[in-house]
Amino acid sequence: QTYLFQYTFAVTPAHIKRLYKRFQALDKGNKGYLSPQDFGSVKELATNPIGDRIIGAFFSQGQETVDFHSFVRILAHFRPLDKNRAKRPDSPEPINSRISKLRFAFQLYDQDNDGKISRDELLQVLRTMLEMQVTEEQLESIADRTIQEADLDGDNAISFDEFRKSLEKVNIEHKMSSRFLH
Amino acid sequence: MGWFPSPFDNLLCMLLGISFTVWFTLLLVFIIVPAIFGVSFGIRRLCMKTLIKIFEWATLRIERGAKEKKHLLYKPYTNGIIAKEPTSLEEEIKEIRRSGSSRDLGAASQEFELSDIFYFCRRGMESIMDDEVTKRFSAEELESWNLLTRSNYNFQYISLRLTVLWGLGVLIRYGFLLPLRVTLAFTGVGLLVVLTTLVGCLPNGRMKSFLSEKIHLMCYRICVRALTAIITYHDSENKPKNGGICVANHTSPIDVIILASDGCYAMVGQIHGGLMGVIQRAMVKACPHIWFERSEVKDRHLVAKRLSDHAEDKTKLPILIFPEGELLKSGVHSSAIAPLARASGLCMWAAGIGLWEASFSPAFLFLGLSSGTCINNTSVMMFKKGSFEIGATVYPVAIKYDPRFAEAFWNSSKFGMVNYLLRMMSSWAVVCSVWYLPPMHKEEGEDAVQFANRVKAAIARQGGLVDLLWDGGLKRDKVKDTFKEEQQKLYSKMLVGAQEDRSRS
Repeated sequence: QTYLFQYTFAVTPAHIKRLYKRFQALDKGNKGYLSPQDFGSVKELATNPIGDRIIGAFFSQGQETVDFHSFVRILAHFRPLDKNRAKRPDSPEPINSRISKLRFAFQLYDQDNDGKISRDELLQVLRTMLEMQVTEEQLESIADRTIQEADLDGDNAISFDEFRKSLEKVNIEHKMSSRFLH
Repeated sequence: MGWFPSPFDNLLCMLLGISFTVWFTLLLVFIIVPAIFGVSFGIRRLCMKTLIKIFEWATLRIERGAKEKKHLLYKPYTNGIIAKEPTSLEEEIKEIRRSGSSRDLGAASQEFELSDIFYFCRRGMESIMDDEVTKRFSAEELESWNLLTRSNYNFQYISLRLTVLWGLGVLIRYGFLLPLRVTLAFTGVGLLVVLTTLVGCLPNGRMKSFLSEKIHLMCYRICVRALTAIITYHDSENKPKNGGICVANHTSPIDVIILASDGCYAMVGQIHGGLMGVIQRAMVKACPHIWFERSEVKDRHLVAKRLSDHAEDKTKLPILIFPEGELLKSGVHSSAIAPLARASGLCMWAAGIGLWEASFSPAFLFLGLSSGTCINNTSVMMFKKGSFEIGATVYPVAIKYDPRFAEAFWNSSKFGMVNYLLRMMSSWAVVCSVWYLPPMHKEEGEDAVQFANRVKAAIARQGGLVDLLWDGGLKRDKVKDTFKEEQQKLYSKMLVGAQEDRSRS
């Protein structure tokens, strides 16, 4: 089964073993899957302003549980890009590619999955990141300005393409990757 | 015709008799007598050195074998799975923006960008993969194999010699060491109860305290040998003196025995029923310990008063406290005596006689020795400030276990107490070092929390342990919201500061 992981997610067997150990450590009660409460026991995640959204990213489409396969799949988004990988025309986009990482980040904003980040959704994110430190007016002005800058087709929302364009120059490969120690 | 014992039976009986005698004589000579006088033959250290050499050979053999067969070695890393960059929130977000922004750096690059979320996202993911606190609570992984399959995940059939060695190890540990240790434990506990009761009959006076000291030391030493603990004491000139409080970091319930076998302490705890209660009552006859009735435990002031009274009285022994305590709601947990009781493996204890309910308040003292969460030996969790409010002299002690011989850490959510003791007793040995640090006083203008942190830092530094800011109670409680607010504050400072600049210009 590790070979499947290896191929699909570009994770080595040693990494998989470690992740599996981690999965087991998080899985209180040895259920074989993770529930939202299990993630809640990670302290650093609880102090992260967008911690809840990150947990939500693991549970796609209203699911209540995460099995090990999905666990690795989500985490594999954060593998550093393998620059030496030969580009095969018919191979599927690797999960840790730039586009894939962008899509992951986009989904953190776009909670209702309609393909656009609306003003409300942006406000929500800003609220969780800043909560009581700024006033509502300040939040709204930040949101308005951001949409103004990124929105190219004037629909007052940010689509995935607009999102991608506005982050063209950002070094996503580095900023959305975690290097495994080896 | 009667039954004649055949010459063979006779021989057998004789052999049995002889072996028993030899066994007990050896026990007496090599273990109990030295325990009484506090000397050591050095046999244990010799064994320790031999064992280390064997372990190294075993590890090399495994690695070689794995390479030959091209198996993937699961190498344990105590530093975590992923490389975490120690950059701060501000630095990282600035960096992200810098790379994304084609504008002039000096200009409005302090405003919110869509890419800011990357920082939080990545930190969140990293913490899911590997976080500081949870790591502290799992047993340290070893770099070299100590012939205990429980601490190594690579054990497959590599070579005949290795398996034979391992088998031999099992035989020795379970067939020879374990029964020996259990016997010793029984002896130790039994002697403690009997002798302290006897001494208690004497009138109060110098003779009594002298005798009680000797008895306590002797019995604890026997128990130490029951665990085959090889302890190195450093800086004994700083040993806690009368009228003070001894404070130590807490890794396992064995900490108590280790410290108490080198000096006499007054212990703090709640009176239990059953066997433990018997032991507690016996002990208190010989020398004044501080035992609380369960009802008294809830009364903070009474507790405080008794402790400070004891501490101020210069003739009384130093109080032994492990301040890394926490609120315990239920479950049989250890008091000073529990390790001994467990050592005797009596089921009465396991049946839950004497539920430990320590009422702990952050403003006050945690009662009792080894209760509370056990922390993996690599860090010293936040000391509860309560112990430091009394105002007496504090003698810090650092205890560090060598993980090569036995995993002293007790993962209380994974194993029960009896299980833990059995594991301890069937390991090779418990090797640890104890450092006595110079005494500390609360300084002018220092509050209890700062004092506690100072002591904690000193202990951590000495033992080579990592000083963590996390509270030991985190393992069970939810983290406080204040930490989240910190992050939000930092982030907003970046943004709002920029906003204000803009509105001004």
